[in-house]
Amino acid sequence: MIQVRDLHKHFGDLHVLKGINLDVNKGEVLSVIGSSGSGKSTLLYCLNSLEQIQQGSVHVDGIDVHAKSTGVNTLRQKLGMVFQQWNSFPHLTVLENVALSPRIVKGKSKEEAIAMAEKQLKHVGLGDKFKHYPNSLSGGQQQRLAIARALAMEPEYMLFDEATSALDPEKVGEVLDTMRLLAEEGMTMICVTHEMGFAKEVSDRVAYFHNGIMEEIGPPEQLFGSPQSEHTRKFLANVR
Amino acid sequence: MQNSISFFTGFGINDLWFLGEAALKTLWISVLSISVGTLLGTFFGWVLHEGKLAATLTIAPVLDVFRSVPLIIQLVLFYNFAPIIGLNFDPFLSGVVILTFYTASLVANVARGGIEAVPQSMRRASRSLGMSYWQDLFHVVLPIGGRAVFPAWIGVVLGVMKDSALVSVLGYVELLKASQVLITRTQEPLLILAIAGAFYFALSYPISRYANKFEQRWSK
Ligand SMILES: Nc1ncnc2c1ncn2[C@@H]1O[C@H](COP(=O)(O)OP(=O)(O)OP(=O)(O)O)[C@@H](O)[C@H]1O
Ligand SMILES: [Mg+2]
Repeated sequence: MIQVRDLHKHFGDLHVLKGINLDVNKGEVLSVIGSSGSGKSTLLYCLNSLEQIQQGSVHVDGIDVHAKSTGVNTLRQKLGMVFQQWNSFPHLTVLENVALSPRIVKGKSKEEAIAMAEKQLKHVGLGDKFKHYPNSLSGGQQQRLAIARALAMEPEYMLFDEATSALDPEKVGEVLDTMRLLAEEGMTMICVTHEMGFAKEVSDRVAYFHNGIMEEIGPPEQLFGSPQSEHTRKFLANVR
Repeated sequence: MQNSISFFTGFGINDLWFLGEAALKTLWISVLSISVGTLLGTFFGWVLHEGKLAATLTIAPVLDVFRSVPLIIQLVLFYNFAPIIGLNFDPFLSGVVILTFYTASLVANVARGGIEAVPQSMRRASRSLGMSYWQDLFHVVLPIGGRAVFPAWIGVVLGVMKDSALVSVLGYVELLKASQVLITRTQEPLLILAIAGAFYFALSYPISRYANKFEQRWSK
């Protein structure tokens, strides 16, 4: 379970997150929507300590993420993350991309790491690309590679930061399908997304962020059907 | 007449050996300074990138000096003034020390460029997988950034190899100095300089050829 309490984040004078309270339960899929600059990415980075926080707390399975005594490198293995840019390691084959961190971070043997990589690549539908280099893959394939790479660390949570925003429109579907597959398998997911269709269909709850504040959170029917906040209504009217 | 003929003897096979040996010395002095200088320069580049204020204020100006003062002046100054602070280096060692720092000052910028060629989001991605700062540096930044600046580094290597000729001003008999000795004796500057040039080419050409091969392989 992820518990966020009164989270404040500043970049210098810029107050980016202004007191966020949020619980994400095991097995839940939460979509986060909101306009550009509202702090969605920053929230994800605060969950796995890629960004420091100035006030409040984040607990993941009871572990205080921002405590000095917390080993972030161990903690981050619990939280897989997929970014807007797919960030494939260009010098490694598809298989090596996925096998690298199980080997060096988890200390698995080469055979175990490769077995894990093969399993996760098949999982995302890249079973025929083991020996390819990333730059011979399409954007959609590289993003699925990024998902496999994160899954190979056997995370309990997956954080997606606009995983489809940098893709050609015709490649968006295959990545959303992969995310949908994970959701069906029971993965706990937080998805920052502009894909309202996906948010509506797949998520258990949707949160709307506005100017560093979580304006509204609820089941998709409620948030899309009868939004409570004026800001949410305006935002939804614009994206439709 | 008789005397001068026996004094200025022609270019023989032994002289070719003499030049070959000198070429090996050029190679040796270059290999030493380039390898140590590259390690040192990579470290400096990392310090510059990390931008610890103190380090930047101390290292950066020193590197600037090594980069901008002509090598020949550095060599002569160091060779003549090092003994004053108790460093009695022979010409070879003086040459290696100065060429090493010179290489390091050039490589520092190349290395910093390499680190900065790796996008921030790539580094966040590897950290998000649980890699430590050092794992990210060695398994991601080094191979990706290293490839990005490899051509620039090869440029430094070839440059330093040619510049190593300047160590001859200290009296160290490397390729250029050996050529001068032979020219004085044989009075055949064109022939000997052509041969020396061929030796330099023979040292450099394989490097640029090999480098090209790597670049082509990586760009696939
Ligand atoms: N490293 C940083 N330094 C300074 N300001 C930052 C930094 N990262 C983000 N910001 C600022 O924080 C605010 C929130 O950024 P964030 O990336 O979280 O927004 P977002 O909701 O993800 O927007 P988008 O939809 O464009 O991705 C923005 O104003 C951004 O300019
Ligand atoms: Mg964002």
